[in-house]
Amino acid sequence: MKRWLEPLSTAWEGVRTHKLRSSLTILGIVIGVAAVITLMSIGRGTSAEILSRIESLGSNLVLITPGAFSERGVMSAAGSAANLTLEDAAAISEQVPHVTAVAPSSSARSQLIAGGKNTNASVIGVTPEYQQVYNLKTTEGAFISPSNYQDAANVAVIGTTVKDDLFSGVDPIGQQIRMGNSVVSVMGVLESKGASMMGSTDDAVLVPLTTLQQTISQRLTSTGEHVVNSVAITVSDQKQSDDVVNEITSLLRSRHQLAAGAADDFTIRSMEELIGTVTEMSNTMTNLLGAIAGISLLVGGIGVMNIMLVSVVERTREIGIRKALGARERNIWSQFLTESAFLSLSGGLIGVAAGWIVSHIVSSRGTPTLVSPDIIVLAVSVSIGIGLAFGFLPARRAANLNPIEALRYE
Amino acid sequence: MIRLQDITKVYIMGKRELEVLRGVNLNIRQGETVAIMGPSGSGKTTILNLIGCLDVPTSGSYYLDGREVNRLSRGELAQIRAQKIGFIFQTFNLLPQLSALANVELGMRYAGIADSRRAMEALDWVGLSDRARHRPSELSGGEQQRVAIARALVKRPPLILADEPTGNLDSRSGEEIISSLITLHNEQNNTLVMVTHDADSAHHCQRIIHLKDGQIVAEETL
Repeated sequence: MKRWLEPLSTAWEGVRTHKLRSSLTILGIVIGVAAVITLMSIGRGTSAEILSRIESLGSNLVLITPGAFSERGVMSAAGSAANLTLEDAAAISEQVPHVTAVAPSSSARSQLIAGGKNTNASVIGVTPEYQQVYNLKTTEGAFISPSNYQDAANVAVIGTTVKDDLFSGVDPIGQQIRMGNSVVSVMGVLESKGASMMGSTDDAVLVPLTTLQQTISQRLTSTGEHVVNSVAITVSDQKQSDDVVNEITSLLRSRHQLAAGAADDFTIRSMEELIGTVTEMSNTMTNLLGAIAGISLLVGGIGVMNIMLVSVVERTREIGIRKALGARERNIWSQFLTESAFLSLSGGLIGVAAGWIVSHIVSSRGTPTLVSPDIIVLAVSVSIGIGLAFGFLPARRAANLNPIEALRYE
Repeated sequence: MIRLQDITKVYIMGKRELEVLRGVNLNIRQGETVAIMGPSGSGKTTILNLIGCLDVPTSGSYYLDGREVNRLSRGELAQIRAQKIGFIFQTFNLLPQLSALANVELGMRYAGIADSRRAMEALDWVGLSDRARHRPSELSGGEQQRVAIARALVKRPPLILADEPTGNLDSRSGEEIISSLITLHNEQNNTLVMVTHDADSAHHCQRIIHLKDGQIVAEETL
């Protein structure tokens, strides 16, 4: 037996002598650590899922909508103002550096009829760049091509919900859809992306913007430019986002002839900004969950202290004997501290395993979880810390016992 | 080896002061066997605790191997206990959760020695090598006290202190204990100081100190 092992083996003796009591103490820590790991993994998993959904849109996306945010952050007439135009989009594409693609779009809700079925969906007029900017894939057929756009072809790419509503069990490619007074033929079906913060393309019908302008709605500004609902832009490098936003702002302000002190009549949101906000929110949520679980870890720690205090009283005579045999205060001190650290560390390790299993069960039931190494390291070191912190007082009390009184203790 | 000069010890019990030792002077040579006798409350155990560095005197000086012990810190006192002193108690004071062998090993632990062969050898001195794996509860009183002797002697300390070692034993086991203490004393040439009620045990020693009301009242050399 090596010398440095002695506190460990003494601690083990202490734990082994009181099996039931030690296991119950460990259980308190196990529950605390498992709760921390499970709740934090749920928090992390959920935010990772939200972020990946946002990022599937393209993390270097910048979205321009007409109208301004009001002071209180309430969107005032954003999207309804008619001052963002196709020509603005063209100017951005030509004049702003680091912009890889510009996708102006306009949308309108329309009743769609195909065969005997009908549904209500939003019809979005897009340019071919729309596919790249929004990271869209087609499961069948193809996306709108530049020549479709130029010819204002009567073609459409439909979302999966629209496909299911209108063409369940039928191959949709080449089928006709009536919208308003015109008829378009389906040339492609989009892969489902689920709901996202930017709206879903699942229940949309995409047509060339030129087609939309000719058939459903055609709005012009007083200067004769073509009104669009939004312009989405991808930036070549996420780091350039802020510069690009600034450049677009000054470009649009000069195009819209805004006076120096006037508020912007458009709103620019970069995806990076959105990701930042969401990350911040989800971190707050994760930390809140962790803090709640931390309370049970704290209660477990108090359990360790309680047991160690009982143990010191119960082993007063043993402490006296050890002191008579020449144990110094630090020997006794380290014996009890090692014992409480041992209890809480084993609780911590078992708790990690339990928390890991529980979060797997939770994730198999559909809630995303993410057990990351830093949570494990945190939980284990907090549990050792708790053992040391809550073992400190009992260990001091044991070390300071007077040997003669301790030997006399019955 | 041991020199006590005008040692007094006062315990404070609530508001009353209890004078347990009042001016004790005592010299014990290296290799001597000394019995301390006296009625209960005469201060026998207190003297033994002072000699054993478990306690410090209220006044007076105590020299152990020329070192003035009453000036040392608690840590230094613990070190002296670990290196130089082997204790034997009336109530054996073995740790119930440990085997006989582990109890003997504990006697060396704080001296920084970990050697189970040596512990086994010490059990052999007291004739208990075949009970090494037994817990104290599985041993008779006499056997437990022999384990305690092995524990006290395993690190071969120069000073053995025994506080009524036969007090909890029947007379036959008591005799065995005293004779093994004396035999091991002769073999290892340690200094043995023993507090006892029992005149027969005391007469195995070279010198008997009689204590009454915290003072030495008589000394016999045998």
